[in-house]
Amino acid sequence: MAREDEDWRRLYEQDREPDIEDSQAGVIFYNDTVIEHFTNPCNVGEIDDADGFALIGDPSCGDQMKLWIKVEAGHIIDIKFKSFGCPGAIATSSMATTLAMGMHLDDARQLTDDDVVRALGGIPANKQHCSLMGISALQAAIRDYEQRIVQRP
Amino acid sequence: MNKRTTIYLDHNATTPLCPEAREAMLPFIDGLYGNPSSYHHVGRQARSAVEAARRTIAEIFGCSPAEAVFTAGGTEANNLALRGAAAALKDRGRHIITSAIEHHSVLKTAEALGRDGFDITFLPVDAQGVVAPQAAADAIRPDTILISVMHANNETGAVQPVEVIGGAARQRGIAFHTDAVQAFGKIPQGAVFEYADMVTVTAHKAYGPRGAGALLVRRGTPLVPLMTGGHHEQGLRPGTENVAAIGGFAAAAEQAVAKLASESARIAALRDRFEALLLQAISNIAINSRGAPRVPNTSNVCFAGIESESVLLHLDLLGICASAGSACTTGEPEPSHVLRALGLSSVQAQGAVRFSLGRATTVEQIDTVAAALAGIVKKLREVSSL
Repeated sequence: MAREDEDWRRLYEQDREPDIEDSQAGVIFYNDTVIEHFTNPCNVGEIDDADGFALIGDPSCGDQMKLWIKVEAGHIIDIKFKSFGCPGAIATSSMATTLAMGMHLDDARQLTDDDVVRALGGIPANKQHCSLMGISALQAAIRDYEQRIVQRP
Repeated sequence: MNKRTTIYLDHNATTPLCPEAREAMLPFIDGLYGNPSSYHHVGRQARSAVEAARRTIAEIFGCSPAEAVFTAGGTEANNLALRGAAAALKDRGRHIITSAIEHHSVLKTAEALGRDGFDITFLPVDAQGVVAPQAAADAIRPDTILISVMHANNETGAVQPVEVIGGAARQRGIAFHTDAVQAFGKIPQGAVFEYADMVTVTAHKAYGPRGAGALLVRRGTPLVPLMTGGHHEQGLRPGTENVAAIGGFAAAAEQAVAKLASESARIAALRDRFEALLLQAISNIAINSRGAPRVPNTSNVCFAGIESESVLLHLDLLGICASAGSACTTGEPEPSHVLRALGLSSVQAQGAVRFSLGRATTVEQIDTVAAALAGIVKKLREVSSL
């Protein structure tokens, strides 16, 4: 009986190296860079005395992002985010903040979601919309910073 | 990537093939190639295998062999039941009743019939995901021709009062169909024709092969075939029979019934252990349909503040298979229609993960997955903006 159970259980066991086959078969899945940014996202957190902040997305539609920036001498000297969403949303949030960190605002304004996708080595087609969130939040946080400057007495 | 053992907790999606089904299939993959409709002895071998399988299925469900119509699976059987009965009964009435939590193969078929001039009532469910029999009875109109309510829900495992609803339908002379795909092999079904006129079952949710299922059709139920062609399957499903898969279906079904009592008790205990561990280790979670009668293997858990695909990917990276009804994983614009019908908000539904246990699930696996989830949820909540 025990023996039979073992045989039965073996049906579930596989050598788990399917990712190579997946890519060969054209099955679209996250690549290793995306998975790395998803499992170990960079720049997670909040900035208490942020110079710019943005809240974008709609959790009822599946994703939301908060992004804080600290600006000094026209450069983004610190950037932090928190995201609710799928792996694509989290990985692109991480990559967008990674690209923007240390950048001059003039350069950061030029960043697009294509830059994020390229830096990640591509993301699945049905996840392209997720990649917009990180850049949208970045641009919105920069606008927030600029408005605060204007409004400053 | 390291070689790891898979922990498979997605048995409501599909199950591995049991050895008995494999044994039954092999001769018809390897050597016995006959067409069951052929006159000669090669064909007759195949015919006798199909008819033996039919007798097995009929015996399990307490019907006559002529009442078992083999199909390619559950989706096809559900389409045949709804479209076939609607077409056969359209002159008697145009009103069809189903529930808001049906599998898409019923739900979308009902919606399509709605566009074709039928009037569809989608019964709501209570907060535990159960259809109220009274609501079904109240929805019946003079022109109601068909009621279809699933036996067990695929996402929550909630068992529906099909005997009561079916009884009310029969009293009023209305055909009753139940999609029993997720109930089969998990809870006793008894003599299904005592309350239903049509019953959908499929092999691959019960350790049989993909590619075979059946619609059990009670004698006298008005039904027209969806396809034209041969005389196969009592004229209801033309096309050469998938002999190997049908043989595997019957062998798997026999095993499912033989193992049902012992396995359902064992699996229910594992499921209860799993849920207790999660509730102990993780704050802000909710187990959907926990207050309803459920099939023993299904646990649907909402993790507040995080999105289910992110949980799934973390689990998958650890070798653990589960599933989610989230919009992001299914390609649907809305998260799970089932969880929304329970009254969950869209955000709550985004965080739902389904774990469905099976024959090879062990205590060790359950403990591993519960511990993994505690870590995954903590990590994702640290990242979450909610």
